[in-house]
Amino acid sequence: MTTTTSLDRPAAPQPFQRVSGARKLKDWVATILVGLAFVVAVIPLVWLLVTVITSGYRALMSSAWWTHSLKGVLPEEFAGGVYHAIIGSLLQSLVCAVIAVPVGVLAAIYLVEYGRGRVARMTTFMVDILSGVPSIVAALFIFALWIGTLGFQQSGFAVSLALVLLMLPVVVRSTEEMLRLVPQELREAAYALGVPKWKTIVRIVLPTAMSGIVTGVMLALARVMGETAPVLVLVGYSRSMNFNIFNGNMTSLPLLIYSELNNPTPAGQLRIWGAALTLIILVMSFNLVAVALSRFSAIKTK
Amino acid sequence: MIGAMSDPLGNSLPARRPTVRRPGDTIFQFLTTASGLAIVLSIVLIGVFLLLKAVPSLAADQANFLLSPNFVTTGGKLAFGIRDLFVVTVLSSVFALVIAMPVAMGIALFLTQYAPRQLARPFAYIVDLLAAVPSVVFGLWGIKVFGPVLEPLERWLNGNLGWFPLFANGNVSISGGGTIFTAGVVLAVMLLPIITSVSREVFQQTPTMQIEGALALGATRWEMIRTTVIPFGRSGYIAASMLGLGRALGETVAVLIILRSAPEPSRISLFDGGYTFASKIASAASEFTEALPTGAYISAGLVLFVLTFVVNAIARWIAGGRVHRP
Amino acid sequence: MAKRIDIKGLNLYYGRFHAVDNVTLSIPPRNVTAFIGPSGCGKSTVLRSLNRMHEVIPGATVDGKVLLDGEDIYDAGVDPVEVRRTIGMVFQRPNPFPTMSIRDNVVAGLKLAGVRSKSRLEEVCERSLRGANLWEEVKDRLDRPGGGLSGGQQQRLCIARAIAVQPDVLLMDEPCSALDPISTLAIEDLITELKKDYTIVIVTHNMQQAARVSDMTAFFNLSGVGRPGQLVEADDTEKIFSNPGKKETEDYISGRFG
Repeated sequence: MTTTTSLDRPAAPQPFQRVSGARKLKDWVATILVGLAFVVAVIPLVWLLVTVITSGYRALMSSAWWTHSLKGVLPEEFAGGVYHAIIGSLLQSLVCAVIAVPVGVLAAIYLVEYGRGRVARMTTFMVDILSGVPSIVAALFIFALWIGTLGFQQSGFAVSLALVLLMLPVVVRSTEEMLRLVPQELREAAYALGVPKWKTIVRIVLPTAMSGIVTGVMLALARVMGETAPVLVLVGYSRSMNFNIFNGNMTSLPLLIYSELNNPTPAGQLRIWGAALTLIILVMSFNLVAVALSRFSAIKTK
Repeated sequence: MIGAMSDPLGNSLPARRPTVRRPGDTIFQFLTTASGLAIVLSIVLIGVFLLLKAVPSLAADQANFLLSPNFVTTGGKLAFGIRDLFVVTVLSSVFALVIAMPVAMGIALFLTQYAPRQLARPFAYIVDLLAAVPSVVFGLWGIKVFGPVLEPLERWLNGNLGWFPLFANGNVSISGGGTIFTAGVVLAVMLLPIITSVSREVFQQTPTMQIEGALALGATRWEMIRTTVIPFGRSGYIAASMLGLGRALGETVAVLIILRSAPEPSRISLFDGGYTFASKIASAASEFTEALPTGAYISAGLVLFVLTFVVNAIARWIAGGRVHRP
Repeated sequence: MAKRIDIKGLNLYYGRFHAVDNVTLSIPPRNVTAFIGPSGCGKSTVLRSLNRMHEVIPGATVDGKVLLDGEDIYDAGVDPVEVRRTIGMVFQRPNPFPTMSIRDNVVAGLKLAGVRSKSRLEEVCERSLRGANLWEEVKDRLDRPGGGLSGGQQQRLCIARAIAVQPDVLLMDEPCSALDPISTLAIEDLITELKKDYTIVIVTHNMQQAARVSDMTAFFNLSGVGRPGQLVEADDTEKIFSNPGKKETEDYISGRFG
């Protein structure tokens, strides 16, 4: 019987209005979709990592992988290693950092501490533009300048120069952000002690921002290390070791992967995936160091 | 005493007085300013040098540079045009953007509005990890693993929606997945961390007052997001997407590895193969020996440079300086 | 050590904004002079112009003279860095250098000026910390970061840091506004001790504080909305608080506005 329904109804109206069904449904659908979006991002990451690890880990198990080059190794034979490519990657990115970090940090100091008016605005704009320059364009530019105009040979150093263009904006941006986080009061405290502006920046502001700056540099290094376009244009592939960044062919991990791509033998495939895994490990470890460093804030409290 | 100068309204203003400057300050300011200007100079130099090396080749070009689909630089003959490079570049990048934009919006909202506070940071780090994967590895995975998986979907779209030009038969075989479709989806994955991290930052800046105001009026979470977070972050989100587009336009190796070379001109289909500006240049890099053929590729690089310059400048203009690349 | 300051026809600007109009004032040595007045009246701006900190702000300019024992600190041949070594400053919020230990904070001024001698630095460190009434509290943890101290201790650390470079004048910009009453009392006691050796100028919002610590008081006020601030009157603190010369001052002191 339905006569009892009026008794089920509360005597007073509910204190809170119920959210209507349609609104609730929309809210619910939105929540699901947004959660799904995150899952969609995680799937390729996990899939990719699993693929690279399962296809490549066997290569990393051999001790020669870390200690030998591919010198004298036949295409279909699995032997040798990527020591030469690891060294090449590290050397090229380190030389790049040696140039890019001082220039980038100084440019960031200019933007934060000195830059006013039109020149500073133009510099900021150009940093943004530079961060959008595709790596292949940076490589072409260095090719046109260093090899085409100045007459140098292809070399690891030419790669480093192209990487400088890619690393600079990242270093400038992250350093700039960190310098802006340093309270103005600290600068004033130093000025009030009779410390000149440049010394205030070098001895007070930079040390305070240091961990953040180093984090930014590590992230920039990680990005630069994975770049492939410049090595395709600016340096030749070599299967043996070359410590001389200024002369001769020099292999890096991306170049090794790309060059071995057209080797269809199982040994070649294992090499590619092994090199990909090695490259990911290298890049991720720089990332992890960056994250770890960012936890060491310069503001000591204890 | 000091010299007086006038502002536009005619009020006299005191000028900065002459004062002692320490040599250390002068040197340091010079060093920092020079470093800033070096960045400006490098952009100018990129434009100038690419132009310098491109002009002789453009002058010797026997084909229409903008409209020819061919790119012939061998056999002592120069007949190159960028039509197909442009089509493939834009098609793959825009397709990638169409996929990545809604997903990145979802991720950014998830990380800023839905994920529990303690988990938001590690989750964000997971998404950022995507950006740490080198593009050559994306390319490798794309052609060897992901492409073959996409192949049935591509066949289905081609078979059932083939009347729609973008899904019509392309100029390469779908088998193996070496198509713009595959490249676009892989590019989309690569864009996710870029668009997400910038949008996340903007969404996070939504004033708490507005959020609480909306919730206090009885809005559901989604209504609150639609009425406060999204309107607040829209320009930043669009700017982030433009930055992503810039990255997609210039992506080299992943596309180079995935796309199959095409025997005939582009049919403006997602199932085309061919080359983008960047992958074309990279594919020929080992042949950069003579000035004129090299200049042909450099002229393609110049177009790509201008294209990304414009896209990035628009992104900056939309964001009004509020958003920076990660 | 302590020197007198004569401000003559001082006008201060932030870009086009005229912040302070035509201040003329003499500050005697070995005295505490308090600047009081409502918010935005330019008292802090005047204080910051006394050691050329005003010009650190982009677009800020100065017109007029500030004589330190008869020598204009704004003269074209004067190095602002030297001025700031002679005229120290303590800020509203304690701002020890976060990357430095307590010891390094105190001797930062000397170290950055190139003093290397360890024994000299040790000696200055102890003397300055004693001078700031902080020695007993921190002598066992000189190597710990300065940021770990309480707010009041941090402010005394900043005072120790300021007196370590042996200035002639000490400027204090609302040094107690971020502190609790007990720390405030400690700082006020310290100010009374320090005036034996230094010329002290203190900006304060707190009229009781001005009455407690200062020998002379200068009252600043706005001449109108959007108009520059100006010096209304300056006199012995006792006279200002009991029998001020101007009605404006009396209104402010008695709490009728501001």
